[in-house]
Amino acid sequence: MNEKISIRDLKFYYGNALALKGINIPLYANKVTAFIGPSGCGKSTLLRVLNRMYDLYPNQHAEGEVLFDGRNILDPGVDLNLLRARIGMVFQKPTPFPMTIYDNIAFGLKLYETLSKSELDGRVEDALKRAALWSEVKDKLNANGLSLSGGQQQRLCIARTVAIKPEVILFDEPCSALDPISTAKIEELIDELKHDYTIAIVTHNMQQAARVSEHTAFMYLGELVEFDETSKIFTAPGDSRTQDYITGRFG
Amino acid sequence: MSDHTVRAYDDELMEIGRKISEMGGIAETMLTNAIDALVKGDTELAQRVIATDPKLDALEREIEEKAVLTIARRQPMAIDLRALVSAIRIASDIERIGDLAKNVGKRVVAMDGQFAPQKIVGGVVHISDLALERLHRVLGAYAQRDVSAALNVWQHDEEIDQLYNSLFRELLTYMMEDPRNIGFCTHLLFSAKNIERIGDHATNIAETIHYLVKGEAITADRPRVSGAYEPLSLG
Amino acid sequence: MSLYASRRRSNLTAMTLCLLATAIGISWLFLILFSLLSNGLPHLSIEVFTEMTPPPGETGGGLLNSIFGTLMMTVLGVGIGAPIGILAGTYLAEYGRYSKTTPTIRFINDILLSAPSIIIGLFIYGIVVVPMKNFSALAGALALAVIVIPVVVRTTEDMLLLVPNTLREAASAMGLPRAHVVWHVAYRAARTGILTGVLLGVARIAGETAPLLFTAFSNNFWSASLLKPIASLPTTINSFINTPDANMKQLAWTGALIVTLAVLGLNIVARILGGTKKQS
Repeated sequence: MNEKISIRDLKFYYGNALALKGINIPLYANKVTAFIGPSGCGKSTLLRVLNRMYDLYPNQHAEGEVLFDGRNILDPGVDLNLLRARIGMVFQKPTPFPMTIYDNIAFGLKLYETLSKSELDGRVEDALKRAALWSEVKDKLNANGLSLSGGQQQRLCIARTVAIKPEVILFDEPCSALDPISTAKIEELIDELKHDYTIAIVTHNMQQAARVSEHTAFMYLGELVEFDETSKIFTAPGDSRTQDYITGRFG
Repeated sequence: MSDHTVRAYDDELMEIGRKISEMGGIAETMLTNAIDALVKGDTELAQRVIATDPKLDALEREIEEKAVLTIARRQPMAIDLRALVSAIRIASDIERIGDLAKNVGKRVVAMDGQFAPQKIVGGVVHISDLALERLHRVLGAYAQRDVSAALNVWQHDEEIDQLYNSLFRELLTYMMEDPRNIGFCTHLLFSAKNIERIGDHATNIAETIHYLVKGEAITADRPRVSGAYEPLSLG
Repeated sequence: MSLYASRRRSNLTAMTLCLLATAIGISWLFLILFSLLSNGLPHLSIEVFTEMTPPPGETGGGLLNSIFGTLMMTVLGVGIGAPIGILAGTYLAEYGRYSKTTPTIRFINDILLSAPSIIIGLFIYGIVVVPMKNFSALAGALALAVIVIPVVVRTTEDMLLLVPNTLREAASAMGLPRAHVVWHVAYRAARTGILTGVLLGVARIAGETAPLLFTAFSNNFWSASLLKPIASLPTTINSFINTPDANMKQLAWTGALIVTLAVLGLNIVARILGGTKKQS
């Protein structure tokens, strides 16, 4: 299997506090990798290293290597905007921009590419179709993005991310604010998207990790406890801490 | 293993475990009584064995319902998931064991009047002793989650097969000796076959215990003894 | 039961005291409005807006030059102060949010916010009026701009800080450069809030008297020149109310009513804008 991203001996600091204590995980191309673990275990932190989101804040830094197609994205010379265009992210809370549905998607596109109006229309439609939202919004593209329901907003955010054609998509608890039907739609979407993208997902919902991912990493207290095929992790994990966590025996 | 954060979950799993033990006890008693009835030609005892079987069926259904409900309610993972799947499988094995013991009882009822010489019955008693001991040990291994004990049962499955094989030849000899023996020898042969099948179910349970504890099927090869039971070769 | 009775009693007492305090506070506002209306309203006429300020001893006349002066200096003051304030507020909230100097800048801005306006008038007098050797509309506008800046800095920063960080992260996660994140996302989300801040700034300076006394001074005649002294409503009120002339006293009341209604109106518009923001 082709490693799209290789995390090697990654350490992360919030100020002086060590939040990730030397993590080694591969993210395989066109596969879904799930990160599970109790709150504060470092799984979201890890995700935010992958698109260097932590750079927005002071006093946070990472050590080690994150190889993205062989190139270390932690290098100081990396163009962050380009990196983030290639590694997209979908957040816990749906975050549509305060503009129309159309503009939510077109706005990022216009920044990177010079497109005619018809090309732009086509790309917006394509992105919305990929996010399984097109049929629901095609008659109200000029409505405010905030007027959609939570699940639709989240799919709009996915469409927005997909529109700029990234290679990797990071999902940070994408369904934690959604109802079960919306959750199922997002999961179905992730299943579709993995044909074209490499996907990493952080989730507190273990069944969700079991459903959507091929590989699962269990993290605890900033360490990687276990990384294996999802089928193995959820039926016969190798580490007793993983077992205790996924069966609800923690603490 | 520490307890679940949700205590009711532990209670549910323990309740299912208790029901399995209850089933195991009933099945052991059924087999013991069936053999007793066979040895003594005790039709009444045989009838009691047959009458016990529905109880085992009901228990199996109950375990299955409880397990399904727990799966629906708790979305079990890893060891818990395996425990529930194992419970369903073992309950089904024990239910089959009960059926087989009942079949022996039915043979006794069918043989009504025909008295088998102790010499001939002895082989069947021997094989059933072995099966009973196997069953007892495997149920103990399940209660203790003891893989090595289960593996032990699993590895010695061939003994029963071999015993059945020799019993088969023996009964064949009696039948050839005197056609009047054919009637009860056939009944004994079917009884022995039922008991041999009970041994197989005990082996199934041992395999389930291995899966339950280790999370994977047994990969080791079972010792194969050459010349094991192959009825066609006897033709 | 006695427990609930005593709770009810103390609740009633506290509520009565609170309502009383509120009533006392509000009643002053209504007394002011009442006296302004009873003194100013009878003489509010079209002439007030079309005629110049009268000399003493005459009847009639209006406040045209004062109203124009106030409008001109307010527009200029906000035109200069609001962009500076918005940019500074943007720096504090967006670019320098985690910088060590930001708390200091914010502190200094807060001091400026509460500085007595007469001090600001004196400051402009020192750096503009003295070197230019005369009072001017420009100096008045600059003094008002200095008053507007901290108001707008504060509201802009506050409004931008209210924009959830997740929105900024979401925009950054798409690879948008910082300037785009601020311009297309943060400003858009904080737009009405920032506009409210500017309107509050307008309301604040429309009634200022003290800083204008040392900068724009006053003028009883028509002037639209930036470099000459200019009349304004508050300074005119200030000088007319102190004259013994009944006509001028009357115009002062009318002017006060106009200023008050204008400021009140601006505040109400600002509140409504701020209110609709919260709903969305």
